Amino acid sequence: MSKSLERLYNGLVKENPTLVLMLGMCPTLAVTTSAYNGLGMGLTTTAVLAMSNMIISMLRKVIPDKIRIPSFIVIIATFVTLMQLLLQAYMPDLYKSLGIYIPLIVVNCIILGRAEAYAYKNPVIPSLFDGIGMGLGFTVSLTLIGIVREFIGGCSFFGNELGWFAPVGIFKMAPGAFFVLALLCAIQNKIKIEGAKKGKDVSKIQSGCNSDCANCAIDCEKRIDDIEITQEDIDSTAKINAAAIEKELAAKGGEK
Amino acid sequence: MIQVKELLAILIASSLVSNVVLSQFLGLCPFLGVSKKIKTAAGMGGAVVFVITLSSAVAGCIYQYLLVPMNMEYMQTIVFILVIAALVQFVEMFLKKFVDSLYKALGVYLPLITTNCAVLGVALTNVQKEYGILAGTVNGFATALGFCIAIIILAGIREKTEYNDFPEAVKGMPMVLITAGLMAIAFCGFAVLN
Repeated sequence: MSKSLERLYNGLVKENPTLVLMLGMCPTLAVTTSAYNGLGMGLTTTAVLAMSNMIISMLRKVIPDKIRIPSFIVIIATFVTLMQLLLQAYMPDLYKSLGIYIPLIVVNCIILGRAEAYAYKNPVIPSLFDGIGMGLGFTVSLTLIGIVREFIGGCSFFGNELGWFAPVGIFKMAPGAFFVLALLCAIQNKIKIEGAKKGKDVSKIQSGCNSDCANCAIDCEKRIDDIEITQEDIDSTAKINAAAIEKELAAKGGEK
Repeated sequence: MIQVKELLAILIASSLVSNVVLSQFLGLCPFLGVSKKIKTAAGMGGAVVFVITLSSAVAGCIYQYLLVPMNMEYMQTIVFILVIAALVQFVEMFLKKFVDSLYKALGVYLPLITTNCAVLGVALTNVQKEYGILAGTVNGFATALGFCIAIIILAGIREKTEYNDFPEAVKGMPMVLITAGLMAIAFCGFAVLN
């Protein structure tokens, strides 16, 4: 039981997918125009994440290693289609306002990332709670961003007009999403810099996807830079090797 | 003649008015990740144009001739993502074998956009807006063109501002996001074209 609680805490606070790991930015920016939309998107993703984690963990000994990514995608896409049909039937308003971003949960890095990093290697119950924890972390962050954008952009709270000040409409539109995320990133950077000054371990906090996130391209910057560096790398390694050989020869010569 | 007009309208609307990154937030990962230099950004843009145009044509054909006759429209998400992933792999192999120059220019970027949300997003939008195969392909091309424009502009700005003296906490990703936000405001101006 303690392991399950630890998983929940991990997803909500320690490795919060949006605020700490900065994963799944497309839906985060697109649907947080209001708190209600953020909450709906978060809960839908949580349901998909929990169920797909559970099924993938059950099948982890059956799925061959080589075709695991396509298998994960099929499992995830199945649950996304299920959720899409359920929302269409029972919550048509939310379905309409989330629109194309519901089927796009399939390509959310958080889900594939958790399948690859946790569910494929761990037993069923912890995987289920890992999914729920990560999903709730995502939900809380989306709702918070939604509340901020709705409050500044429309001066309302969960759809209730407050009328305290003239709303700054741009925060509800596309540019506002970028500005709110920029602010979040800056706060994260600040915490990271302060933490590093005090000598705390801040390696967990990051901007962008880490290597276990299979379908997100942020780390491809690193990969493309790597490719460009290669030639220099080869040259410098050759130089170092040559120097080492020379030293060795000199040492041998000295011995003789 | 009317059709040409319609296609032109789609072209302008999808590339400028509702820009794929700046107003729909699709394909944000490569937009933020591969925009450090204009050269790599242009390569990424080229690969995206190539893949999205091709995949929206193929996905349109599959939807029209396979899913609709069989009454299986609800399978679109699963079918599209598998078809797109397989298609990109196939294109990569084909280019490697037969069109070496194109492979050298785009090859690095192809695997990175296999399951990019913009590719799937365009295929789904085409279905949602009930575009035919031709209109869908034009929409795909226009969307990708919009991505290309946005990423090259961002890369240009990033090259110019790389050594500017920002506060420590705003360096890196926050500054890129603020730049993207300002670009989004500029692109809001295109809404007049509608």
